[in-house]
Amino acid sequence: MAHDDDGGDAALSALIRSGATRYSAPPALRSSVLRALRADEAPPRRAWPGWLGWLRLGAAFASGLMVSWLAGLVQPAADPVERVAGEVVAAHVRSLMPGHLTDVVSSDQHTVKPWLSSRLDFSPPVTDLRADGFPLTGGRLDYIAERVVATLLYQRNQHVINVFVWPAQAGRDTAPKAAARRGFNAVTWDQAGMRYWAVSDLGAGELNSFAERLRQRLNESS
Amino acid sequence: MNDRARQFEAMAMPHLDAAYNLARWLVRDEHAADDVVQEAFLRALRYFGSFRGSDPKPWLLGIVRNSCYTWLRDNRGAAQTLEFDEERDDDAALDATPQRDDPERLLSLKQDGARLNAAIGQLPHVFREVLVLRELQELAYADIARIAGIPVGTVMSRLSRARNLLRAALLEETKGTCHGS
Repeated sequence: MAHDDDGGDAALSALIRSGATRYSAPPALRSSVLRALRADEAPPRRAWPGWLGWLRLGAAFASGLMVSWLAGLVQPAADPVERVAGEVVAAHVRSLMPGHLTDVVSSDQHTVKPWLSSRLDFSPPVTDLRADGFPLTGGRLDYIAERVVATLLYQRNQHVINVFVWPAQAGRDTAPKAAARRGFNAVTWDQAGMRYWAVSDLGAGELNSFAERLRQRLNESS
Repeated sequence: MNDRARQFEAMAMPHLDAAYNLARWLVRDEHAADDVVQEAFLRALRYFGSFRGSDPKPWLLGIVRNSCYTWLRDNRGAAQTLEFDEERDDDAALDATPQRDDPERLLSLKQDGARLNAAIGQLPHVFREVLVLRELQELAYADIARIAGIPVGTVMSRLSRARNLLRAALLEETKGTCHGS
């Protein structure tokens, strides 16, 4: 696209800046947001879970104890891979809270994939592993390493597996690498220009099997 | 009120106006914007524990932006397609070539904020958001990229196309009007 109309662009910018409305938050909104934030009281220390319900949002807020437990997972580690490991496990744990964080609830990959793709700057590969005993249950957006990522949810009996996906360097596939944090297992690998992190409280062996199946299916469908 | 919430409040409240402005422009509804901003701030509080960046503003506005799109998805139905159809919307933008010979017509709009607002409000969301974030919030390209979840290069090309679309819409508007002042 040629940028030979800089003069016109500048004039249009000036017009927008001076003419279009800059909305400010109404005082009522300001006070209701403050009220909502302040209602998040830390309950007296008791064992997790110590949830508080929150109106129509349905989701519960972590107790102060839970928040610091989660924060403890995300150490300011020098190694970026370590840091990401902490972040994905924290995101996994958060997703297990009552009112499960699932933005699109569907076992149909043809529903989940476009839902995610339309909200991201990349198109995550979505595949159902029902035939292997790991049905797809939905999708979600998450924030990992300061980036919006796709999360695919799978189920194995009562266990949830979160698979976080975001773009990585193409042509630099890596073998799966295992990690563990506070009783949760994780497996990560790069494949066909995407980085994957699968997190679950499944045993390491089962999670590795899941990862292998997923890698196979992804290879088959690409 | 626990420490985490207190820290979050201190960080987030200064950006409430920016958040509300973005929400108003995306959802085009006063009450919906209230709801979306409130929900976004609560969601951000929930995620705050894992925020490790240096600048929370684009992170927060990104959550607001995504909450807007969720609201639009849930409240606009199938009639309004939100998916950015790269081909369709790019074509529309390409057809809207810059009109360099109509500075007077553009100037005539300076006094008419309502028309300007209407024209911006009718842009497809993906163009509207970059325009609002750049022109009204005066954010850097890198921040806009983070908020909208797109590469920086895409921010720049979308801005350029947004301006072309807007210009074309405004000039279409003025074609039939008398040039009073």
